Amino acid sequence: MSAAAHGHDRDELVFHQFEDLPQQRESYIVGMWAFLVTEVMFFGGLFLAYMLYRMKYQPYFFEIHKELNIGLGGLNTVVLLFSSFAMAMAVYSHQMKRKGPTLGWLTVVQICAAAFLFIKLVFEWSHKIHVGHVPWAFQWNEPGVPPEIAKLFFSMYFGMTGLHGVHVLIGMIIIGALQYLIWKDAYSVKDYIPTEMIGLYWHFVDIVWIFLFPLFYLMPQ
Amino acid sequence: MSATVVTPGEAVQAPEPESSSVNYLNVSHTLRSWLLTGDHKRIAVLYLISVSFFFFLGSIAASLVRIELMSPNGLMMESETYNKMFSAHGIIMIFFFLIPSIPAIFGNFLIPIMIGARDLAFPRLNLASWYMYMVAGVLVLTSFLMGGVESGWTFYTPYSSLTTSQVTLCLIGLFIMGFSSIATGLNFIVTIHKMRAPGMTWDRLPLFVWAHYATSIIIILGTPVVAITLLLVVMERLFDIGVFNPANGGDPVLFQHMFWFYSHPAVYIMVLPGMGVISEVISNFSQKRTFGYHMIAYSSLAIALLGFLVWGHHMFVAGQSMYQGVVFSLLSFVLAVPSAIKVFNWTATIYKGQVRLQTPMVYALGFLGLFLIGGLTGLYLACLATDVHLTATYFIVAHFHYVMVGGAMVAFLGALHYWWPKMFGRMYPDSWGKMSALLVFVGFNLTFFPQFVMGYMGMPRRYHYYYFAPEFQPYHIASTLGSSVLAVGLILPALYLTWSLKYGKKVGPNPWNARGLEWETASPPIPTNFEEIPIVEREAYDFDHGPIDDTWDEESPVRAHEVKR
Repeated sequence: MSAAAHGHDRDELVFHQFEDLPQQRESYIVGMWAFLVTEVMFFGGLFLAYMLYRMKYQPYFFEIHKELNIGLGGLNTVVLLFSSFAMAMAVYSHQMKRKGPTLGWLTVVQICAAAFLFIKLVFEWSHKIHVGHVPWAFQWNEPGVPPEIAKLFFSMYFGMTGLHGVHVLIGMIIIGALQYLIWKDAYSVKDYIPTEMIGLYWHFVDIVWIFLFPLFYLMPQ
Repeated sequence: MSATVVTPGEAVQAPEPESSSVNYLNVSHTLRSWLLTGDHKRIAVLYLISVSFFFFLGSIAASLVRIELMSPNGLMMESETYNKMFSAHGIIMIFFFLIPSIPAIFGNFLIPIMIGARDLAFPRLNLASWYMYMVAGVLVLTSFLMGGVESGWTFYTPYSSLTTSQVTLCLIGLFIMGFSSIATGLNFIVTIHKMRAPGMTWDRLPLFVWAHYATSIIIILGTPVVAITLLLVVMERLFDIGVFNPANGGDPVLFQHMFWFYSHPAVYIMVLPGMGVISEVISNFSQKRTFGYHMIAYSSLAIALLGFLVWGHHMFVAGQSMYQGVVFSLLSFVLAVPSAIKVFNWTATIYKGQVRLQTPMVYALGFLGLFLIGGLTGLYLACLATDVHLTATYFIVAHFHYVMVGGAMVAFLGALHYWWPKMFGRMYPDSWGKMSALLVFVGFNLTFFPQFVMGYMGMPRRYHYYYFAPEFQPYHIASTLGSSVLAVGLILPALYLTWSLKYGKKVGPNPWNARGLEWETASPPIPTNFEEIPIVEREAYDFDHGPIDDTWDEESPVRAHEVKR
């Protein structure tokens, strides 16, 4: 145990409300997990609504889901999974106190995140907006599927992937801030805990997509 | 004990209450130092001011509703105005008074001190939660000024997604309010888990802290769900997404499920901290160890967990399946058990105690009676058959006011009077306190007991006119009369507490001869709460031995390891 535990010679990294570095680290990690619990419940409401409507309208939903591009969704899944690997490597590098690899792996995460959003927005969303699948200007000509059900499906699709996309974007912003701080050798990132916390967040964002992809793209008959 | 650990004698030397000593209030005086503070005690004071302001607004709305109902044909409002008025009352009181009141003010102020920490784990998040609260308040008040909201505080779809009133802005405000609440809950969970002083085991944790731990669990599990639900209604209004719209294949009852999944546990967010307050007050003013400490602590957790399984009892007549209704009814009855455990334990604590009838204790005794009535009438509503008759009548209005006002608000006032000398270092006149506590009790009962009767006789809630049944008028007049007595009982504390800030008698660290770490530090506490982090060697309700000031003396014969359980 460090001397900081006893109030003398406190570690400069420790905020005044904490006794020592281990306590501060653990508090941050517990806080991040508690935050992720709230995120799970936040997305959970949407998953519940989607689950109910899918149970109710499964045959229609199956027809409608053919509008989605499995190839692009699958590509995005691979991209995000790789970004999670890169994030894990970034956390590991920071734990090993290697600045260069940490920054490098975080850049890989950024590239993957940007690629994900690019594929999502440019190849998927813009096409669907173009053909009129957004709820406020909805058009549907497919016979056999009631347009209001199709609209419900695409509302859920845009709502859930949109909320996920917002989380990816927020992730990019905070990873960018983290990179800047590491690059500047800032005081607050001498410890690897900020990287680990952002890593937890990023894995959560990844996992949400792991659920979204099969729910929307890989629907059974 | 190793040599490096601070001995208890050194650890908790509370500074003498000299007027010149530095405390959290006088450490700096600029507005900037208050608005950018990280100190949990200052943030609690900021919350105290803003929550009181919103409570005042909500009370005005309630008074106008009560005045309007004195006549079967209404007195001064259009029906639409009336709807907006009771909606404003509900929204302000629930989201801006009841939810943040005890946790954000007293929890914020006391939890770090009670567990022997210098601050909450995340001071900046704490401050951010206050700013989110204020932004949410401004948005919601703006929505009221721009025309108001007439959907009630429940925002049931499809009405809330179709009405042209300012629901969108109001819901965005409440969405932000949700994050304020989450920030507070998250901070508490981390703080209680990780920041307890050495020796402050879970078994020694004050019951106030246990109650807030349970509350925080509800907050972080429930609030995000209502946040996404309200967001979906906003999306529905802005983009016509159809999730809750039957015309688009959506299901409006799904809204009720998702709304009550939060909003039923939310009543425990409101009342559990109050129960924590009552545990502290009753134990102290009986000068007796809390009877059944562990049962009270665990019943808080039981309430938090079971609270998530009973939301369907709000929807017995909303078209859910009968079997669902039976299960929800059964679980609601089960939930009465942990609440009853608490009431029995508090009563047993008073038994053979040295009861001192000072203001906080008067409030606590009021809480016991009112919460008992509120809780027992809840069983009428948990019972399927009687609920069909009582749904959407004044009976249910009276029931939840007995729990929310008679429970949570009375506990809030009790907490205010109990910890006021700790927060500001000055005592208010006790006789005035007792008198207004009595006025609150009498006024409250006069307001809401007649509502049980007329609700049972069939008076529907939220109705503007009741000329179809003028026989209810005497009850309404009694109720309005009671609300004016209640108003006097609420205005008085505002006056004498403000007076006491300047003219009240100065008090030492422990004016109530209470136990617990918060009474060992100065009143008002120093900015870091303690000179040194204390070593806790006793439980929070150790009344079997002399007051702390003596026992912590190095020479004292009573040491922690001798405490008998």
